Amino acid sequence: MSTTADPQLAPSPGAPREVVRVQVPERSMASELRAIKIVWKRELIRYRSDRIRIATTLVQPLLFLFVLGSGLQSLSAASTHGVNLKTFIFPGILCISVMFTAMFSAASIVWDREFGFLREMMVAPVRRSSIVLGKCLGGATVASFQGVIVLCLAGAVHVPYAPTLILGVFVLQVLLAFAITAFGVMVAARITQMQSFMGVMQMVVMPMFFISGALFPVSGLPGWLGVLNRIDPLTYAVDPMRRLVFSHLHVSRIAQRVLDPGVTWWSWHVPAVLEAGIILALGLVMLAVAIWEFSATD
Amino acid sequence: MSEATTTAPHNGAGASGPSKAIVVEHLEKSFGEVKAVRGVDFEVETGEVFGFLGPNGAGKTTTINMCCTLTKPTGGTALVAGHDVVRERDDVRRNIGLVFQETTLDGYMTAEQNLRLHAELYGVQSSLVPARMRQVMEMVGLWERKDSPVRTFSGGMKRRLEIARGLMHSPRVLFLDEPTIGLDPQTRRSIWSYIRTLKESEEITIFMTTHYMDEAEWCDRIAIMDQGVIVALDSPEALKAQVGADRIRIETEDDDAAIASLLERFAIEAVISEGAVTFRIPSGEEFVPRLFAELGVPIRSVSVSRPTLDDVFMSHTGSSIRDVEESGNSDRNKIMMQMMSGGGRR
Repeated sequence: MSTTADPQLAPSPGAPREVVRVQVPERSMASELRAIKIVWKRELIRYRSDRIRIATTLVQPLLFLFVLGSGLQSLSAASTHGVNLKTFIFPGILCISVMFTAMFSAASIVWDREFGFLREMMVAPVRRSSIVLGKCLGGATVASFQGVIVLCLAGAVHVPYAPTLILGVFVLQVLLAFAITAFGVMVAARITQMQSFMGVMQMVVMPMFFISGALFPVSGLPGWLGVLNRIDPLTYAVDPMRRLVFSHLHVSRIAQRVLDPGVTWWSWHVPAVLEAGIILALGLVMLAVAIWEFSATD
Repeated sequence: MSEATTTAPHNGAGASGPSKAIVVEHLEKSFGEVKAVRGVDFEVETGEVFGFLGPNGAGKTTTINMCCTLTKPTGGTALVAGHDVVRERDDVRRNIGLVFQETTLDGYMTAEQNLRLHAELYGVQSSLVPARMRQVMEMVGLWERKDSPVRTFSGGMKRRLEIARGLMHSPRVLFLDEPTIGLDPQTRRSIWSYIRTLKESEEITIFMTTHYMDEAEWCDRIAIMDQGVIVALDSPEALKAQVGADRIRIETEDDDAAIASLLERFAIEAVISEGAVTFRIPSGEEFVPRLFAELGVPIRSVSVSRPTLDDVFMSHTGSSIRDVEESGNSDRNKIMMQMMSGGGRR
């Protein structure tokens, strides 16, 4: 590939020793792809080297799943119609572990800015969109991987390891991870202080989690909560995941109807594909906003 | 597609003068009402080590930022490596290396990973990356530490690694903004020896800012900047020759009597500085015999020193660079006020 550049390798006359000369090519599709790839790869390198982060982001989902799930089991036994509470909240817990990891990935932009590294990326002769896209894809990959770790616990909460189930849940995790990272990057473009950034993310992520129906069925909610629930984007990630899980369980019809009613818009059942599409569309819109914001800065 | 077109821009500066690495004309930058840079002109030859010298707040960093496309000028033009910094921003970026005042390394990655990331972002030919990486890291003496995370490096090592990274893509112009700030004297010296080595081996133009007078001596040419304008521009030797007068320091048995005698017999105003009677006079060495013969106060020792760049700075601005720096915020505010009210030198 680089044979045409080889004459450049020749040492210049009078040079004390052979100098390896390289060249920076003009911007092209290929160079943009390389930039996207290396920014993506950096997220992976940093995630892999940070084992404490892998462990600590697992604590929260495990608490929800095994402490809250087990503790409330006796209270809820009457209304879950024989389904273990842990099984019911499992899809929601998958979502929150993905969300938190994605959030931390996006937060690294704020750190990068504080420690100066963002500047190194901003002055490179590549498009800002490549940097932002690489960052979002990296965050999505890392968060999906964290989700897979939690997904491995399926057996412990009586969810079968069926290939279609695993695959379907994984795809939904990737979409969610991408959307949350894009959201985080979009916020990080404006908020330059770590404390403020984490504050904003907590303020958005926790209500999203509680309202989404991660911990309760979405039918028969009080009117105001029902409306909030349908507005909450996370609803459309939790619901298709739960449908997938329940389609692989052997539960009574009544349990199915109570626990997995599906999201409705004015009594119209929203198809799972549309729900996944909503997450993807939101992710793309936020990515576009993030790119626009970073391109506008000097 | 990219390979065929790569050679053209590399040599393409020929059209706009192959010997000029940087051409700056009437460059200006205002931040609101404050004029940080008020119309500077200079040219930097290819292969030169060109230094910008001046106190903090003189406009050095703003000027360097405009040359390396980080800040848009509010007036004037700058051509770097033959490309306009505003209209051909990417072409400029491909041809320059940057080392900032603050570190911009990723502490959680190893030295090698940091350099690899840089090479990928700049699109350096993959087949040449390992050899180039080894070369730049050996030059700054960090090859043995390539697998260590950067957060374990000392300040001096980080700065060396940044210089190596700035060179990864064989830039034609390397910008160094205060490359030795905050480093101990030994590390500062080693950074300078790398910079001189670079000049020999890489056919590179180096543009740097500093507020250390002694370091500016290493440059081929320096521009002295104060309050947004260039007050002097020449080689360090030529600048010092302009000042002319030497500095003489004498230790005497009675300093007060010596000062009185100097004023009375030679009409020289001397002061006590750092424990010795100090004054300036042209051709100091020729003055020493007269001093011994006519002073009338016993002299214990004499030293004659040639003008320094600090003297040059003082002769152009009326104050020493250290005075300007140490005057703190209140004076900087005064300077700002002057700048805002438009009472400039120009």
